[in-house]
Amino acid sequence: MARKVTTKRRITVTVIAWIIALLIFFPILWTFLTSFKTEGEAVATPPHFFFFHWTLENYLEVSERSDYVLYFFNSVVISVGSTIIGLIIAIPAAWAMAFVPGKRTKDVLMWMLSTKMLPPVGVLIPIYLIFKNTGLMDTRTGLVIVMTLINLPIIVWMLYTYFKEIPGEILEACRMDGATLKEEVLYILTPMAVPGIASTLLLNVILAWNEAFWTLNLTAANAAPLTAFIASYSSPEGLFYAKLSAASMMAIAPILILGWFSQKQLVRGLTFGAVK
Amino acid sequence: MATQHSRAAARLMISPAVILLLLWMIVPLAMTVYFSFLNYNLLMPGAHNFIGFENYKYFVTNPAFITALINTLVLVGGVLLITTVGGTLLALLLDQPVWGQGIVRILVIAPFFVMPTVSALVWKNMFMNPVNGLFGWIATSFGFAPFDFLSQAPLFSIILIVSWQWLPFATLILLTALQSLDSEQVEAAEMDGAGPFARFFHITVPHLSRAATVVILIQTIFLLSVFAEILVTTNGGPGNASTNLTYLVYAQSLLQFDVGGGSAGGIIAVILANIVAIFLMRMIGKNLDA
Repeated sequence: MARKVTTKRRITVTVIAWIIALLIFFPILWTFLTSFKTEGEAVATPPHFFFFHWTLENYLEVSERSDYVLYFFNSVVISVGSTIIGLIIAIPAAWAMAFVPGKRTKDVLMWMLSTKMLPPVGVLIPIYLIFKNTGLMDTRTGLVIVMTLINLPIIVWMLYTYFKEIPGEILEACRMDGATLKEEVLYILTPMAVPGIASTLLLNVILAWNEAFWTLNLTAANAAPLTAFIASYSSPEGLFYAKLSAASMMAIAPILILGWFSQKQLVRGLTFGAVK
Repeated sequence: MATQHSRAAARLMISPAVILLLLWMIVPLAMTVYFSFLNYNLLMPGAHNFIGFENYKYFVTNPAFITALINTLVLVGGVLLITTVGGTLLALLLDQPVWGQGIVRILVIAPFFVMPTVSALVWKNMFMNPVNGLFGWIATSFGFAPFDFLSQAPLFSIILIVSWQWLPFATLILLTALQSLDSEQVEAAEMDGAGPFARFFHITVPHLSRAATVVILIQTIFLLSVFAEILVTTNGGPGNASTNLTYLVYAQSLLQFDVGGGSAGGIIAVILANIVAIFLMRMIGKNLDA
């Protein structure tokens, strides 16, 4: 039985919720608005909220002047590349642990998780030196490797929790009906596993896109993704708010959109299945 | 039933992931431990002689270490306090029937998807800057002097920025937990005459405590390693006022090229993180049995 809520109470709660939500969202909204202003208007006092001369100038300038395309390309290669390689390594592992669990499966899972707890500074120097001596420094390949490894535990865990939910009885029923292994994998397991794999992919692309320890420390001009590109605005000259805003919007927009699709998976992925 | 054959296949399927993670964890970590006992500076090539615990002694007795340790604890504690209290309140609010609930949720979650360098720079320049920032404008329009957040209260400012990034995470997880609360249980308590406060403290709080623990532990793991936000706003300064352990190790190793000292610092950071990790692993492990 649903509990009755008076209309008056509902209105009050709605108003409060909207005010708080807009306050939390405001920095993003403000960045969005500023990105369409001229530099002069961006620092005007009192600030101009909606009634200003809207211009696309900043977006044009940022994309022309600062190799934005290269940074964007690097972000895509690093986040998507590391996710796909991670999935290729993790899918068989998670599969085996979910469907053929052994005595040590739980230990292996917990151990994988523990590697995620290792603070990056604990291995910063060796990775830095290895990268320097092997020519991996400032290369997309190097970053894809690091990003694959740091996110591999999360990928395995997420997939494991999804695969775990596929009922084993279905497989037995298929086998009884005489399905071959190939048919079993192709027609039964794959369709059931695709949603889980897709959400894992989505969440991992987001995490890799926003990662800002290794990307800042292991890249310079060639392989720097958007995180490092934005960091270059930390020591600016002259008026730059509008351009900073435009660059920021271009860096976060793809992930904001992807992120909104993956809200539900976020909880499962980031709590390693502890909260669903 | 799993056969001998399928067991072998399973082992084969798991091994690439295990071997890669083993390499990733053990090789660099062993190297860090090794370096931490050497007198090794990239600016002074040549002999890297073994000096025992000298680096640890140097790192721990450096006054910056104590500052960084305290800053790390304040940063982690401050963000945890803001995000768990704020997240609980927000989750309780969003659990109510609200018009446009989907949009409200999307707005609240959005900061989590903003990359750290963007959120730090946007807050630094467009909000906290005393001359051109919005906060400065608000202060002056009420007749106060604008406050220079990042030079007068650097650590507090960074806590605010990081809290803004993590509040959505806490809210989302606590909200998910709230929604799994059994409404019949609440109704039964209501019929038995429990008031809203009794219901909250005797039903909701115990139900949320598990999710809250998970939020606290997972955030702690990430918060111990806050780096980009400090790098692009204060560079750890003024002085060491906003340097945390992660940033100190970074500065020691990649700015002063002191491989030995930096490695010792890295190992200390690993030990600290492990203390938290043990608790987290227990929580998650318990869930695995259930």
